[in-house]
Amino acid sequence: MKNWFASGTPWIWLNAGAISIALVAVFGLLFLILVRGMSHFWPANVQAFHYQNADNSLTVIAEIIESETVPAESVQGIDIKQGNVERYLVKTGNRDLLGSDFRWLYNIDLKKRETPIDVMVIERIEWGNFYGYLNSVYENDIKVSDEDNKWAEFNSRLDRAVQIRERILELEQGEIGAINYQLERLRLKEKRLIIDNELSDKELSVINKKRESLKSQYETFLQQTQKLYEDINRDSIRATVMDGTEVIIPLEKIVKTWQPNKFNLLEKTLFYIQSLWAFISEDPREANTEGGIFPAIFGTVMMVILMAILVTPLGVIAAIYLREYAKQGLIIRVIRIAVNNLAGVPSIVYGVFGLGFFVYFLGGNIDDLFFPESQPSPTFGTPGLLWSSLTLALLTLPVVIVATEEGLSRIPISLREGSLGLGATKVETLWRVVLPMASPAIMTGLILAVARAAGEVAPLMLVGVVKLAPSLPLDGNFPFLHLDRKFMHLGFHIYDVGFQSPNVEAARPLVYATSFLLVVVIVGLNITAINLRNKLREKYRALDN
Amino acid sequence: MTCIVRTMNNRMLQHKYNQRALKDRLARYFVAIGGISVIVAILLIFFYLLQVVIPMFESADIAESHAYSVTDEGKILHIGIEEQGTMAVRFTDRGQVVFFETDSGQIVKRYKLDLPSNITTISSNLDLVIIGLANGQVMLVKYVFEPGYGEDKRILTPLLEYPLGKALIVLDESAQALVHLDLRFNQDGFGLVGTTSDKRLVFNHYLQEESFITEEITTVINSRSVHKIDEDINSLVLSSDLNHLYVALEGGILRDYILSEAGFEDNYSDYKINENISNIQVLLGGSSLLIGLENGEVQQWMSVRKQHGRELTFIRKFHETKESISEIKSEQQRKGFAVGDTNGAITLYYSTSQRTLATINTANKKITNLAWSARAQHLLATDDGGKFYLYEVDNEYPEVSWDVLWGKIWYEGYDEADYIWQSSASTNEFEPKFSLMPLTFGTIKAAFYAMIFAVPIAILGAMYTAQFMAPRMRQTVKPSIEIMEALPTVILGFLAGLWLAPYVETHLSGVFALLLVLPFGFILCAWLVGYLPNNTAIEGWEALILMPVVILLIWISTAISAPIEDLFFNGDMRTYMSDQWGINYDQRNALVVGLIMGFAIIPTIFSIAEDAIFSVPQHLIRGSLALGASRWQTMLYVVMPAASPAIFSAVMMGFGRAVGETMIVLMATGNTPLMDMSIFQGMRTLAANIAVEVPEAEVASTHYRVLFLAAFILFMFTFIFNTAAEMIRHRLRKKYSGL
Repeated sequence: MKNWFASGTPWIWLNAGAISIALVAVFGLLFLILVRGMSHFWPANVQAFHYQNADNSLTVIAEIIESETVPAESVQGIDIKQGNVERYLVKTGNRDLLGSDFRWLYNIDLKKRETPIDVMVIERIEWGNFYGYLNSVYENDIKVSDEDNKWAEFNSRLDRAVQIRERILELEQGEIGAINYQLERLRLKEKRLIIDNELSDKELSVINKKRESLKSQYETFLQQTQKLYEDINRDSIRATVMDGTEVIIPLEKIVKTWQPNKFNLLEKTLFYIQSLWAFISEDPREANTEGGIFPAIFGTVMMVILMAILVTPLGVIAAIYLREYAKQGLIIRVIRIAVNNLAGVPSIVYGVFGLGFFVYFLGGNIDDLFFPESQPSPTFGTPGLLWSSLTLALLTLPVVIVATEEGLSRIPISLREGSLGLGATKVETLWRVVLPMASPAIMTGLILAVARAAGEVAPLMLVGVVKLAPSLPLDGNFPFLHLDRKFMHLGFHIYDVGFQSPNVEAARPLVYATSFLLVVVIVGLNITAINLRNKLREKYRALDN
Repeated sequence: MTCIVRTMNNRMLQHKYNQRALKDRLARYFVAIGGISVIVAILLIFFYLLQVVIPMFESADIAESHAYSVTDEGKILHIGIEEQGTMAVRFTDRGQVVFFETDSGQIVKRYKLDLPSNITTISSNLDLVIIGLANGQVMLVKYVFEPGYGEDKRILTPLLEYPLGKALIVLDESAQALVHLDLRFNQDGFGLVGTTSDKRLVFNHYLQEESFITEEITTVINSRSVHKIDEDINSLVLSSDLNHLYVALEGGILRDYILSEAGFEDNYSDYKINENISNIQVLLGGSSLLIGLENGEVQQWMSVRKQHGRELTFIRKFHETKESISEIKSEQQRKGFAVGDTNGAITLYYSTSQRTLATINTANKKITNLAWSARAQHLLATDDGGKFYLYEVDNEYPEVSWDVLWGKIWYEGYDEADYIWQSSASTNEFEPKFSLMPLTFGTIKAAFYAMIFAVPIAILGAMYTAQFMAPRMRQTVKPSIEIMEALPTVILGFLAGLWLAPYVETHLSGVFALLLVLPFGFILCAWLVGYLPNNTAIEGWEALILMPVVILLIWISTAISAPIEDLFFNGDMRTYMSDQWGINYDQRNALVVGLIMGFAIIPTIFSIAEDAIFSVPQHLIRGSLALGASRWQTMLYVVMPAASPAIFSAVMMGFGRAVGETMIVLMATGNTPLMDMSIFQGMRTLAANIAVEVPEAEVASTHYRVLFLAAFILFMFTFIFNTAAEMIRHRLRKKYSGL
């Protein structure tokens, strides 16, 4: 035994254990996010728990979220004091009736547990899910369904309601939004002319005329939406909750409905894919705790693209200067170390700089110079998309510079000399020979920069993200790309919904799902970068020989 | 012919060549300018942060803008100045109230108060003037500068209001002349106190009630009480809760009378001060006394809770001038004050930071009255020759000093000096507390616990990966760790706060059991593998074999968690700890932060350390092995010494990253700025504090600049740390290239 210890084998195993812990932690974490995030959309069976004891009986209809065994004595409010009890965390929905979505159930006095075939789940616009049984469908207080066709009737009428709702949304966000936007621009134009003292009667009449026509358009659209609202209010259903009471749910308030216990595996899979798609493509509801995350995805992508557009030329030029043009000496070495170390400066520091310099200093001055008409409300003097992209570009600049420099330094000197020897100028050599060969390295740097930017939240909290942006930074209104707008971001969405939302428990699966999406994007980008880098190394190894 | 073509060709070639050379030159300038400006932009961060921070440490400026004499009937007893410093008011002892322009002294409006007797003293409470008469009566007058706008100009209309009506209040029933006066409001009325020429203290308490219907306020006297004293009284001041009357007596005695609504409680305590007191004032907020002495010193005293009840306690002193203090005036929105002395010098102090901000002497005569404008940008003074002085004060950041940021400060309402961060509150009278100590402490604490977890795993793991692991496995392990580095910290923070924190809370003893179970489990596993036939085949793949073992061991630890708690901790480790050892448990604590932030910094340390160990020259290792050393001995005595500087720099880089990490600490700690090293308590770090407070800080306020200072500290700290680490690595690389 002593010899065995002296041989060092156990210590090597201990070292191996350390790396195993790290690996288990990484993959465990990814697995945890995957499971928790992706299981949420699966249409689990809804179960009915029938409780019966001497005094009373109770039925609970719910989805089981998790079950565990706990010592009986640690549970309050039950009679048993010995041994263990099994308990379930279940989702009962019906927050409007019960006060919360979740509750604990115990395996005590449980007489029967079943999966009732015709139980129905409704995803509502407000108050979360509804669980219960469909009784009948009503059109303007007149019953229009019988026992056999009620489900089909409900579904066809729901389709109609959903279509109308989409149309309303389209009108309000599209046409009416555009009119409001144009009206606001007219107001600003008028104010600008007043400030510049150039408002002539002629122009005033033009503006007023335009305003009148916009207002009349607005009226017609408003009437259209009012008509649609009347239409959508037509139908409603009556449904029974688990305690037997009947409730009325207007179809206007319903997103979708399903009967999970009737689904077979294929249908469940289909439903799952649909839910996942809805999550990615829809707007959030209920303070971000329900619905989709489309604006957050869109905002993240927008911001990252802008950042990439800003950071690539800057980083590449800086790297070319450092590597190809600057006289290599002490100063350049110091600068190189400084640039390297900037990658290690905490991101929040960049956020603070962005807020102080970009937003308040640059933005404030831009507002004073170019947007005096909208004062005192700031245009660029407030956190927004442009400043976020710029801040993150600065943050990721060292990444691009370092990667590009590394790429440039790997290109064999013989190639440059060959090009120069054939009479090419330095810039021609750079442009035609060096840069194309370094492009994979530049790509690697860019991808790493994008991956870092996509996951960075702390600086963005200061320079532009919001929990709920009223409109996307890209839309159909001139000038289409609104750099001054605030935007939503996946990372901030996670922070906000996970920690600042009123109903953390209900929102948690969505946070996991969002996390999963973000992880997929970032891990994907990183793997691409790693592969690219490896390929690059192979390529130049061949060249070196 | 050919000749012409050739020259043409030559010319074209020449032209083309010139063009190319021009392009080359242009590109050179373009790249140089572009490259330099990008680098400058990066360096801008440093200078910009510095530029925001520096104004905080500059001292204040005070400059005389106007001085003029006025001729009035009588002596000036009180002055006041409006918010923007354009108009002022003076009260004389003949009942004259004169509103005048501050720049010229030109009179705007003159009132004559209708008084039955001569004025003997005037005291004030912001814009409320309390006038004491020779017949023991008191009149309350409020001066108002009513703002209005006309023709792009702000127009002020001076007005006098009588909050209790024009009728006089009888303070002293025996109708003696009043010498000193003070009045304070509390929530249900006010207290009025005065001294009379026959050395009696008179205290009246009044109740005020607002009628629901007419909103009219009725004032009723609640109690009258009188106290005779023998000593000469220099000055007095009433506490804002009406429970104390502080009187300065001749001979340097500060007397604290206990009051109730019924009046004097026949109970007082004396505090001896070495010098004669010339003036007492309360600081804004009413919790501190400012005591001006005849040797020019100003002392700040506070009522502090001690063993035997509350006691007046000396807090700090300010001593710039050497002449007797004749007037003290507290600012209206901050804890600063101006002091005038008998020689005409005016000094600005700030209480919390104990700073002497500025001093000026243009009067050379005793300063009799001082008045601050609301935002403390203008200071009006009079001397006893009836001359007025208007000073412009530029004093934006008096709250901060080295001691405030890094030292213990005795704040109002606290029992002792302490490090406290509390940057804002709802009231104006709040004393901002800008100690960076708790935040720095929290930052280091979080980083420390993260390092405890990360350093062993990262370095041991790096040792194994670099030297013992099979190359094929290494090819997948390294990217996995790189992906670990790329995981967004917001996700880690979210998991820490919402998944790990509750998990650790319920499996606390299991988490600690892991500390033992894991290493022993690994060694046990190694021992068992030794008995396998053909066990050399797994050499280099130990880590793969151990992965299921790790999962198993974690599962075992979780499973034995509850039994351990039953066995040793009466079923619940947290309750047991707080009962038996007095250790409190926060759900979001340093343990959780340490685990998750450790996870986040493992890759940083691992990558650098692994590179360093891997790049130790092979001939060193082969030499050692050839001499008969075992693989482990080679590792320990050859590889590690060679790589140790780089490993040290890896640890430094990891520390640098942990210090600046924001989202994890923001989400996984309670963000409480306390100084407690306990692993079961939360903390607030510099970075998290910035993230929380910057969006709400008023631009260019002291708070905003202090947060920028915090960012600057983070910047400098990580920059210096990383540079040092980089230098170490650089030197090591040189050393290897020599080998």
